[in-house]
Amino acid sequence: MDLLFRPFQYEFFSRALLVAMLAGLLCGVMGVYITTRRMSYIAHGLSHAILGGAVLSYVLQLNFYIGAGIWGFVAALVIQFLTGRKIYADAAIGIVTTASFALGIAIISTYRQFTKNFEAALFGNVLGVTPNDVWVVALVTLILLALVFIFYRPLLFWCFDRDVAKVHGVPVFAMDVLFALMLAAMLVTTLQILGVTLIISAIVIPASIARILSDRFGTMMIYAALLGAGISFAGIYLSYYFDVASGASVVLLSTVVFGIVLLWTNVKQRRKRRIADSHLL
Amino acid sequence: MLLALMHSSDRMEPLLEIKNLACGYQAQSVFTHVNLKLYPKQLSGLVGPSGCGKTTLIKVILGLVHPWAGEIWFRGQRLQPGASPPNVGYVPQVETVDWSFPVTAEEVVMMGRYRKHNVSPFPSKRDRQVARGLLHRVGIENLARSPIGELSGGQQQRVFIARALVGEPDIVLLDEPTSSSDLRVQHELLHLLAELNQQGLTILLSTHDLNSVATHLPWVICFNHGIIAQGEPTEVFTSETLERTFGGEMIVIHESDRILIASSLSTLRHQMQDNLPSILRQTHH
Repeated sequence: MDLLFRPFQYEFFSRALLVAMLAGLLCGVMGVYITTRRMSYIAHGLSHAILGGAVLSYVLQLNFYIGAGIWGFVAALVIQFLTGRKIYADAAIGIVTTASFALGIAIISTYRQFTKNFEAALFGNVLGVTPNDVWVVALVTLILLALVFIFYRPLLFWCFDRDVAKVHGVPVFAMDVLFALMLAAMLVTTLQILGVTLIISAIVIPASIARILSDRFGTMMIYAALLGAGISFAGIYLSYYFDVASGASVVLLSTVVFGIVLLWTNVKQRRKRRIADSHLL
Repeated sequence: MLLALMHSSDRMEPLLEIKNLACGYQAQSVFTHVNLKLYPKQLSGLVGPSGCGKTTLIKVILGLVHPWAGEIWFRGQRLQPGASPPNVGYVPQVETVDWSFPVTAEEVVMMGRYRKHNVSPFPSKRDRQVARGLLHRVGIENLARSPIGELSGGQQQRVFIARALVGEPDIVLLDEPTSSSDLRVQHELLHLLAELNQQGLTILLSTHDLNSVATHLPWVICFNHGIIAQGEPTEVFTSETLERTFGGEMIVIHESDRILIASSLSTLRHQMQDNLPSILRQTHH
């Protein structure tokens, strides 16, 4: 029993579990919007773009959350602006995000003094979060969940069919801006936990598992939130015993859960089909 | 007859009026000099080949595309460019819809209640009642909880028609509602639209299908980068007008209760074998 509770004796580990659960929950909920709008590539690209903003805020001695957040929001808007002007969305994402990422690397290579921070930004450093970081993640999670609750109907309509939503009175431009803000806020606050390279898995995998399990948007959100929080908790917890990088542990665990759910639903469907066939015969 | 009277008279105020409208994308013009009046309780078809600008015209009316020039008036009020009419229903082309999206038929219909009830974050009891009532009206109440992607093409169109109606609109615009349906589904949809029109709804639908759709409508607008002609099908569907609209030779035969249109004698023979009843004209009379 002692062995099971051993990780909790370290304050930094308990803090990491809490912040990872919050981040997993938030990424799970936002992931439902991102995957159903087929925006996974945008989220992936923006997480890279934000690195440029993060490095620049460090150099200019600005607050990380504010500097990187504004940078991410502007990058999302520029992508939206470029898309449709003879440029497809994927190309616009490629241009904006790689340019921003490259800017970050260029600054890092010039200053050569924050290699460690750069690694943390790339692969995450959940065990290094401060109590202040926990408060920021908790506050942003609370605000974003409140926004999802308040704007549930217009965001759902906007997500399903933007044109028809506009005809029915949904302020679609305001929804574009609101979602870009929410996306930037989510990425900036969770970037330090999972890192630029791994964050997309926390966004995409719980939402994809939820999609396999449900055909309803609202139910998907609940499943994705619970899965995101649960997998993050279990992933970090297991990383203690297996002595692997915490971010990688979360990603690998979520992939295993995804595989199990996929297999389970396939077997269930096959069994159903077999029963239906036997009734026909 | 009634519609002919409506169009010949200036005493009835049009519900929707388009004045000298022009639109295009980049530097490419799609249509110019479009003047059109739609009257209350009118059921009209916007008829023309694919790529002639029907969808763009519908999108301009809905405020989804900015016109280059011209004015749109709704109930005597001029609409700002890019503004949607205040009370309109829209059924988009099925090709533009993501059918794998995780929503049920009932949830899709309730989206259309947004303008009526947009304060609460979630649909109210009244929203659910109205949505269920409309699903019943379009004949698929038993499918309310089915995911939208699991419905057949005809059922999906009915869900979208219910969503367009659930906000109690003055007019409904349908973009190629029968394009991907078989004859039976086309028949059912036209029947449903005729019923709704008889109950007082103004409807404008676009179609490129002459024989199975356009000839059954009481009023048609032939369109190809501008309006070629408009009126009742018996008057408008002549070889000359259809050739100007569709850009090829057309054979038109007016029988006592139907019109047969074909681009060659062999296709005309197939049309003659087709006994699709003239649903709309029958219900209209």
